[in-house]
This record gives sequence, C-alpha cells and structure tokens, in this order.
Amino acid sequence: MPTLSTYIPAYMPTWRRYKDRFATIAISAGGASVLMAILLIFFYLMYEVLPLFSGAQIEKAEQLQLPAASGRIIYAAMEEQGEVGFVIDENWRASFFTIADGELIQHSDLGREDVTISSLGSEGGDSRLLALAYTDGTIKLLKHEYKLSYPDGLRFITPRLEALYEEADLNFDGQVLKKIAVRDGEEALLVSAVLPSGELVVKRFNKEIDFLSDELEFSAQRLLIPALAGDTAAIHIGFSQRWLYRLSKNGRYVVIDLLNKNEAGVQLVADSGELFQGQGGTFTSSALLLGGISLLVASSEGDVAQFFMARVEEGNRLQHIRSFDTGGNIISTLIPEHRRKGFIAITDTGLLQVFHSTAHRKVLEKQLLESDNFAFAAISPRANKLLVGDANLKLQQWHIDNEHPDISWTALWDKVWYESYDQPDYVWQSSASDNDFEPKFSFTPLAFGTLKAAFYAMLIATPLAICGAIYTAYFMAPALRRKVKPLIELMEALPTVILGFLAGLWLAPFIEDKLTGVFTVMMVMPVGILLFAFLWSRLPISVRTAVPEGWQPALLIPVICALGYLCFAVNDSLELLFFGGDMRVWITHELGISFDQRNAMVVGIAMGMAVIPTIFSISEDAIFSVPKHLSYGSLALGATPWQTLVGVVLPTASPGIFSGLMIGMGRAVGETMIVLMATGNTPIMDANIFEGMRTLAANIAVEVPEAEVASSHYRILFLAAFVLFLFTFVVNTAAELIRQRLRTRYGSL
Amino acid sequence: MKNSSPQRLAKQTAASPLHWLRSGEPMIWFNAAAVSISLIAVVGLIGLLAVRGFGHFWPAAILQGTLYSAESSLSLIGESVEQLEVSGQQLREAGFTLKGDGPFFGRTLLKQGNRDFLGNDFVWIIDEQLEDISYPPEVLLVERLEWGNLYGFLRTVSRNGELLADLNEDAQATWRIFQQEIDNSLAIRKEIHALERVEIGHINHALERLRLRERQAELDGDMSPQLQEELLSARSEQNAQYKTLQAELAVLYGSMEGIEYSVDLANGQRVSLPLSKVVRAYRPNDMDIFDKSAMYLERLWEFLSAEPREANTEGGVFPAIFGTVMMVLLMSIIVTPFGVVAAVYLREYARQGFVTQIIRVAVNNLAGVPSIVYGVFGLGFFVYFIGGELDQVFFPAALPSPTFGTPGLMWASLTLALLTLPVVIVATEEGLARIPRAVREGSLALGATRAETLWRIVLPMASPAMMTGLILAVARAAGEVAPLMLVGVVKLAPALPLDGNYPFIHLDQKFMHLGFHIYDVGFQSPNVEAARPLVYATALLLVGLIALLNLTAVALRNRLREHYKSLDN
Repeated sequence: MPTLSTYIPAYMPTWRRYKDRFATIAISAGGASVLMAILLIFFYLMYEVLPLFSGAQIEKAEQLQLPAASGRIIYAAMEEQGEVGFVIDENWRASFFTIADGELIQHSDLGREDVTISSLGSEGGDSRLLALAYTDGTIKLLKHEYKLSYPDGLRFITPRLEALYEEADLNFDGQVLKKIAVRDGEEALLVSAVLPSGELVVKRFNKEIDFLSDELEFSAQRLLIPALAGDTAAIHIGFSQRWLYRLSKNGRYVVIDLLNKNEAGVQLVADSGELFQGQGGTFTSSALLLGGISLLVASSEGDVAQFFMARVEEGNRLQHIRSFDTGGNIISTLIPEHRRKGFIAITDTGLLQVFHSTAHRKVLEKQLLESDNFAFAAISPRANKLLVGDANLKLQQWHIDNEHPDISWTALWDKVWYESYDQPDYVWQSSASDNDFEPKFSFTPLAFGTLKAAFYAMLIATPLAICGAIYTAYFMAPALRRKVKPLIELMEALPTVILGFLAGLWLAPFIEDKLTGVFTVMMVMPVGILLFAFLWSRLPISVRTAVPEGWQPALLIPVICALGYLCFAVNDSLELLFFGGDMRVWITHELGISFDQRNAMVVGIAMGMAVIPTIFSISEDAIFSVPKHLSYGSLALGATPWQTLVGVVLPTASPGIFSGLMIGMGRAVGETMIVLMATGNTPIMDANIFEGMRTLAANIAVEVPEAEVASSHYRILFLAAFVLFLFTFVVNTAAELIRQRLRTRYGSL
Repeated sequence: MKNSSPQRLAKQTAASPLHWLRSGEPMIWFNAAAVSISLIAVVGLIGLLAVRGFGHFWPAAILQGTLYSAESSLSLIGESVEQLEVSGQQLREAGFTLKGDGPFFGRTLLKQGNRDFLGNDFVWIIDEQLEDISYPPEVLLVERLEWGNLYGFLRTVSRNGELLADLNEDAQATWRIFQQEIDNSLAIRKEIHALERVEIGHINHALERLRLRERQAELDGDMSPQLQEELLSARSEQNAQYKTLQAELAVLYGSMEGIEYSVDLANGQRVSLPLSKVVRAYRPNDMDIFDKSAMYLERLWEFLSAEPREANTEGGVFPAIFGTVMMVLLMSIIVTPFGVVAAVYLREYARQGFVTQIIRVAVNNLAGVPSIVYGVFGLGFFVYFIGGELDQVFFPAALPSPTFGTPGLMWASLTLALLTLPVVIVATEEGLARIPRAVREGSLALGATRAETLWRIVLPMASPAMMTGLILAVARAAGEVAPLMLVGVVKLAPALPLDGNYPFIHLDQKFMHLGFHIYDVGFQSPNVEAARPLVYATALLLVGLIALLNLTAVALRNRLREHYKSLDN
C-alpha cells in the first residue's frame, strides 16, 4: 500500500503550512517523549540498583604530624564525624587532636603517681570502652566521649575521657596483668587477664543496685580457669559473656565456657584446636566483629578467617565460617567497622584491604603508604574515614566511599552462614531492633515463595482456563458464548484487593473448617460429572434434543452446585469418621505437616481466579481464530469432534494457548495484594501446600515504606522490583512474539 | 452445531459405555464443566459480596437468652452473626461439658456489644447451652461514637441528675424524649463539627501560611520591621478569631453535657451513659418491614456519606470514596492527553517499520508489568527524587517537614497515570487503525493538511476508542492498591484533598482509598470481627463501581465496532 501523500500545494496560505508543521513537530516531540518516559522506568530502576554492585572508592585527604606524642601508639580511635582523633602512646599518654590541622586539643597522663600501667585492653572495635590495668592489680575503666555543641551555629566537638564505675573497687588482688580483655554487660562486668606466669585469670563483677542508696554496687567473683598449655597471644570475651577465646602464637585456640563449670568448680573448656588447619602459619592479629559474636583471625601465611561458636551434635564448637582472600598478603592489623559486619585488614607495608563478612566480598584494595613502616590505623564509626599512621608518627587521613559492601551475588542467592546460625541457610530478615544485627538479604526464599505461589495458582488456573477456552471457542453455542465470554472477562477487572480480602477473611477460614470437603470435592467432582454425562447419553433422544447442542455448561451448573453442596454437607461426618473430627489437627499431628490457616492452597485458588480470565481470554481467541475449513475438513474425513479438536485445532492454536499461559504466569508472579492478604508473609522455603510464603512483590510492599532511602535495604528492594520488571517484560515479550507469529501463520492458511 | 444430528445421537445411545468413553464425549463434558465452574466462581463471588455487603445494613433481630454452663448461668443479649457445626469430641477436648450426645453441636457467634462493660463485643456460644431464647420488642440497640454498639433496655433519661422521663411511668413519652434528645445532640454535634473543621481549620491554615511567610522572609534575608509588624497583627487577628470560636464551641459542648440515659444490661446491671455519644438508637424487634426498610436506607446512606468512626470499623466511607474519585479524576486528566499524543504519533506520524513495531510490543507489555514495580518507581522517582527537588526549590520554608517530598495525591495520580498509559495508548491506536484509509485520503484530496485531517476527521472518529481506553484505564486505576500503598494512601485522612482553604485542591495531601480501606480494615484492624461487615460493603461498592465502568467500556467498544463496520461496506 503506498503511503499517503502529504504534499502541500504551493498556493496554500502560509499560516496553514506553519500550523501543519507545528502540529507535526509537537506531536512527534510529545509522542516520543511519552515513550521515552516509559523507558525511564527501566533506567531509573537500574540507576537505583547499580550502586549495590559497584566497589568502594578511597581518596587521600589531610596529612598531619601527630602532636605531642612520645612514642609508639598502642591505641587509636576517631570520633563520629572523623574530625577529632584520639591516641594512647606507649608512655600512657592519651591525646585528643583535630585531624584537619593536627592541633592538640587535650592530653592527659593515664598513669598514677604511685603505680604505673601494665596493660590496656579495649572492649572491641565498635565500643569506646577501655580497661587499664595498674601494676598494683587495680583496674580502671575509661570511655572516650565527644560532646557536640553548636555555638554560633557551627559544630564544635568537645572530647573528654570519662571514667566508669569509679567508686567500685575493681582489682585483681595485687597481681600484675600483662594482657587484659573486658566486656561490660547489663548484669555483670567481665574482665579477663594474663598474669606474668602465663596463667589466665577471669573475674566477674556482678552488678547490683543497692536498695537504700540506689547506687550500683559490684560483687567480685573469681572464675576458676583450667590450666592451659602454651602462650597467650590474644584474649577476647564474646558479647554474651559466655565464651572466652584464647589464641596462641602458634595458631592454637581454646574456648572457655564462662557459664558452665565442672564438679570441681572449674570452668569447662568448650573447644580447642588449630585455627589454621592445613595452612599452617602463626597468629598475627585478631579482632571481634561488630556484635562480639564473630572472631576474625589473621595468620602469617596470609590467611584471614572468620570463626564463631555454632552448635553441632557434640555441643558448641568454634566453627570456621569463611576465609577471606588477601592475595597472600600477611595481615598485621584487623579493624572491624562500628556499624556493619565489615572490617579492614592492613599489612605491615601499608596495604589496605576492605572486606565484608556476610557478603564474603573484598570491596577495596589500596596501597596506603609509600614507606613500608605502617604503625597503626583507626576507622571512624561511620566507616567513611580512615586514619593511618606510620612509625614516624606521620598521619594520613583517607576518605572511604563504601556504601554497600553488604551485598554480593552469592549473599543474594547462595546459602550463607549467618552469625548465631548452626549451618549455612537461605534467610531473608532485613531488620531487627538492635544495632549490631546482621542483615540477612537472601533472595532465594522470596524467589521460591514467588514461584510457589505462581505454581499453585497455575495449577488451579491452567486446567480450568484452557478447558473452558476450548469449550467456549469450539463447542459452545454462539448465543451462549456471547454471554459467557464477557462474564468471565469481567473477572479480570475485579480488583485483586477484593480477591485477596475474600481469600484471607472468607476462604481461608472456610477451607480450614471444611478441609475434608475440599478434598472430597476434588475426588467426587470428576467422577460425578462423568457419571452425569454417561447417564445423559443414555437418556431418550427426545429429552436430549430438548437441550440444544453446545449448552452443556448450563446443564452442568446445577449438577456441580449440588455435588459441591453435598461434599461440604458431609464434611463433618467424614472428618469424624476418618480424621477424629478435625482434619487440620490430624494433618498436624498424624502426618507431621504444619498447617497455616492462610496457606498456599488459599493463595492458589484466589490467584487462580485472578489469572483464569487472562489465560481464558487469550486461549479462547487463539482457538476461535483457527480457520474453520481446517476443522470442517477433518470432520468430513470422519473424525469425531473431539478427535478434530485434539488432532487439528489444538496443534494449530497451541502457540496462542502457550502465550496465554505465559502472560498468566507473568501476572501471577507480580501479583501483590492477594499474596499479601492471603498468606502469612513468612519468608520460608517449603513447598508444603498448607504453609504460606512471602513473594518478591509482597516483600516490596511490606518493606519499602520503612526502608531508609539509599540504604542497602532500599536498593535491594529496588533490585527485587527490577527483577520482577525484567521477568514479566521478557515473558510478555516472548508471548507477544509467539502470538504475532501465530497470526502470520493463520494468515497464510 | 457440528454434532447435533439425531442419527449421531442415536448411534451414541447404542454404543457401549467403553465406546462412549473412547469417543471423546466425556472430555467434551469435562471442558464444559470447566466453563461451568468458572461461571459459578464468578457469580458466586459477586453473590457472596452482594449478600454480605447488602445484608449488613438490615436491622437484625436481637435475641435474649440465658447461657447455662456446668457451674453458672449468664444472661445474654445480642445479634447472631455466624453459625457453625462443630464435632462434640472437639468440644469435649476443649473442656466443655455437653448434655446432648449427637456427634455435632451448633455454635453461634453472638455480637453482644457493650465492649465497655464486657470486654469482648463478640462471643462464641454453644447452642444447646443457650435457653429461654426470646426476642423482646423493647430491647434497645444504641450505636455510639465510642465502644461500639450497646444492647439493653432503656430505663430513664435525665439532665444533670434531674429525671426527664422514666420508662416505668410512661414508656412512650420516655422513648419520644430519648429520640428528641438524640436528635438535639446530633444537631449540636453537626454545628460543632462545622466549627471545628471549617472555621478553625481555616484559622489553622492561615496561621500556618503566616509561619511559612515568616520563615521564607528569614531565609531570603529580607525580614523588615514592617513585615514583622504585619505578620504580628495578622497573627493576633487570627488568634482573636480563634478565641471567639473557642468560646462558641465551649457553649455548644456545654449544652450537650449532662444529658444521660440509663440502660439495664443483660445481667441486670443499670448503667448511666452520656447521650452526647449516641449516634442512633432503635428497637429492631419492635420494627415492622417498613421501619426496617427506612432504617436500612438510613444506614446505607450513612455508609456512603459519613466519615469513619472507631478506627474505621464503623460509620461510613465517604472520605475513601472521595479520595478514590479525586485520584482517578486527576489521573484521567494526566493520562488522556499523553496517551492520545503517544498513540497518534505512533500510528500517524512515526515511520512504520521495525522500530515502531518494537515500541508497540514494549508498550503493550508494560501493561503486564506488576503494579508494585510502578509503585516502587513512583516512590523513588516521583516522591524522593522529583518531590525532594521541588521542596528544595519551591518550599524551603516548610523544610525539614516535606511538602511534595512525601507520598501524596499528586504522586499517586502520576504513578497510576504511568501505569495506565499503555491501556490508553493501545486502545487509541486500535481506534486509529480502524479508521478506513479512504476517509483520510478523501480529506487530503480535498486539500486539507495532515494536521487538519487529524484534528477534524481522524480524532473525532477515534474519540469513542479514546473513551474506551480512558474508561478501561479508570477501571484499572480504581482497583489498584499495591502501588498506592507506597505513593500516598493512608488509613485515615480526616481532611479531604479539596476544601475551602487556599489553594483549594491540596495535591500534596495524603488521601483515603476504597481498595486500601478494604485491606486496612480487613487486615490491620484490631477488631476484625466488628469490621468485617463493613469491609464486605466496601468491597461491594468498589466492585459495583468497577463493573459499571467496564460494562460502559464494553458497550462503547461494541458500538464503535458496529459504527465502522457500516462504514467499511
């Protein structure tokens, strides 16, 4: 067909020509921009998702000389904003200084006139609590605190050292402590230390509130520790105050259970063994990750590994969880992040590596120092600034941009061994009440739930929709078809919130109550229909011809209603007869299958209802548009109508039916409200039809409003939306292409 | 049709059952059964909604009875809401002692109301334990502002402790006075509502605008003494107005106070309650069919026109209807021009070829993308990205509280417009494609330009198709809930997005929506049992609305097709 000529003759008035040209430009620009706006969805989702997978950046910032320090630095820390630094040197002088210009703010001597300090211990990376042991056996607890004030609208930080529990008498009976570890809790303060003899000592200071004075009082309790062979390179007390980890230079570990004793009153050894089995090498550094559950250990062979206590058959054992790839570099310093389960590892030569434990991912590697005389480092609580010092007390501040270290492909789809779990598992748990919670972002249970819901929905919708379509398109009387088709299609317009509400509030309790009835219907219905059809075929012709051909559904409606009513009416008697009165209880107790009221069966039926019209409508069109002369030819050759349908019509229409199924599947996968309302929304991985699930779409609806903008959680939900978008888009496109090919094929017939 | 000849039927009859099975006839019946089941499902679903939804407003009979259990007896008044059959074994295991020995026992869910005295307004009872059942005509049902329904027997009405009427002396007069006082207090409450909502709302709005102006001036650094003075005087003027209104309100509240009615509860306890909290009081057992019909209509009208009460479990859904309509209207205003322009471009102006074909497929498929994805996009792009920018540029005075950087009516409408854009584009394109080429050729041959042909000939002829597209879009938008949960719907928004305060239509406000109302009341409500009937009614309303829109679209489409069939020939 030739295109329409839009030739404009020369005698046409100019303004009409301009108007025409203007319209062309306006419509083209407008139309194209609307179409672009649609594309925007794709690009915007991608724009929100991409930062998840980009690595971290680091860049050099201020350089300064540490003021007034008089020796090697043994403790370094930074304040929240990364503006004030804090160090303690080997002469026990504590100094606060501004990082921008290296100016000393305040310094103090920690030692007392009469006694000196024998050791210093920190509670852990995320805590600002320090313990000082004096040579007379007393212990002092300090915290470095920062007060913010806003004189003249500018932020001003006042640092100070605050002593904790000053009134309490915390001492180790005059013993000199070489190494000290501390863990403060709600009920007790635990201090563990190493004596010059190498002996390990632990004291628990139980906290009690005095009735009269309302003051905090401590009662000391010495725990008996079994004699241990070998040296002590590091000691850590876990967050729960139960596990004491003692690491030796040669890579051996001992975990002591501080809660359980043997008959002699000595604490039990929970586990002991080699840290670096097979690899060899000696211990170089260790640290507790945020939360105080996981232990990180580095070896002289370049290994860095994460351990925590997990329950096995014989009891609690220190399990090797995962090793991190350091590229063979020997890590001398491990520093955990304060708010996430990430950590940084630095070698003596000043090579920085940034890891995340849950995601099992190295996000950054960078040589920080030109000279290889790295001495100490500190990370700011927000993990966006890093302070690195060399042996000459030259300091370098680095800015780190590391927003989403916690996401990796394996963490999203593979089993991950989360803290406090006994084995690797797929878990989705995005938030909890406490700050040192390990977020568990596994898409697997959500994807599983999505497919499970879609599967049960398709299980119910496919036979009903396709059989219905076959009958409506091929056997049904035209007069009836004109009424039936719009009625079923009307269901497509039914808001899913209504289907979901009926499923959750009406169907779910109904099925729970009449479970036997539901199964009876499934068994009785086919037999009943068959029986009716057979009896009908035995009726005299005069009766049968009274009902015109193609009106069978009308005949069957009362039959099906009656059968259904009967099945549910005998429900109670059957339950009493076979299941002791309640099938639900029977399933739970006798079969050991857990049963939720809002389960996959309810979702399957409700979502099946939502999907039936889609599949029905497309399949019906496909079957109906198969050229009539094909089936006439087949019938003329003596095939029965059914044979014609199976042998001729269905093969021709099958691509159309298939595309209907795919579009229906796409709809089931993305449906939100029904799943939200008709399941318990628990992200479990279980194909059990009597249990619920959580789907990607429902998960987005539940969690997006609460997710903090631009956080990993927020972006991960965008990723879920992106996955849904891509999935449905690809499925629908494939279906559409199949349909178009079908159309051309019919055209040639 | 194909297999209807009597000979064939006769042959079938003669055939053996095995032959009958093999002929494929049973399969045809199974296929027919699939149609029947689908039809039963559709009709049953709508029927269920209709019965439960319409039934809710009918004043049900109230029964009085005594519940005898092993140790005690308890008098009850209430409406029977639901009945169940439970096996006796189960009940015995649960610790009930039963007299009868039948395998099954009926249980009834009784709405006994009086939540403020009994704790639970719903109670399950075993039918055989309930005896002496009667339906006394004088039993009273009071719908209240708080604590749900009250069931009991009216005794007295008093004002400030002084007896106005006593049922023992004059039953009819007491009832009359009781109703009169209720009408009075309702009228006063209406006045109070008008004052609080409209007048005081107006003042609050003006004060807020003054605050924003002051803040804006501070931000711009042009706070002059004149301006300060001006603001001060405006503010004191508003405050003075507020004081007078407060005084008026105090008088109104005072006139409602002190009137009490006393009621005997089922257990004989006599309680005195403030009449100002009564919405409606009637005696269902004493009503004939006409009274009940009138009450039915009254309650139906309340449902459609009133605001919700008691955490949305009672009262009406008017704000939700209003919010739904408002959002859909805004969406239509946005989606129609854009959808039509895109369709016209795609069909009339773009060069037809592979690229347009791909775009067509893509647009078509966007209709299949899950709505929650649009919701996420709307939240991220419209609300946080564009809304945040708008706030920075145009509403810095209101920060840090966001104006457009938070979910609201405009973003909800925009998101749904994007969601329904494919529907409008596809429908309009279909309409454009159906216009015979000869019509265009004729117009061009007569010397019209392309734009003139489009504007005068093509678009008017395609207008029914556009209408179809728009109605389908509206039907889809009215039923969508998932994206709205992210971009602007809330469970309770007492202020309508349209009112008498400048700028009259509040695009930044959050709104209520029928679909979300169903989800929220049915699933998030603390008292689901009490809310359930209302949810059915709301669902019915929504289905009715959408079915109406869809049927209109179908009718329009058919008319359009007929129209051009005649044109083709």
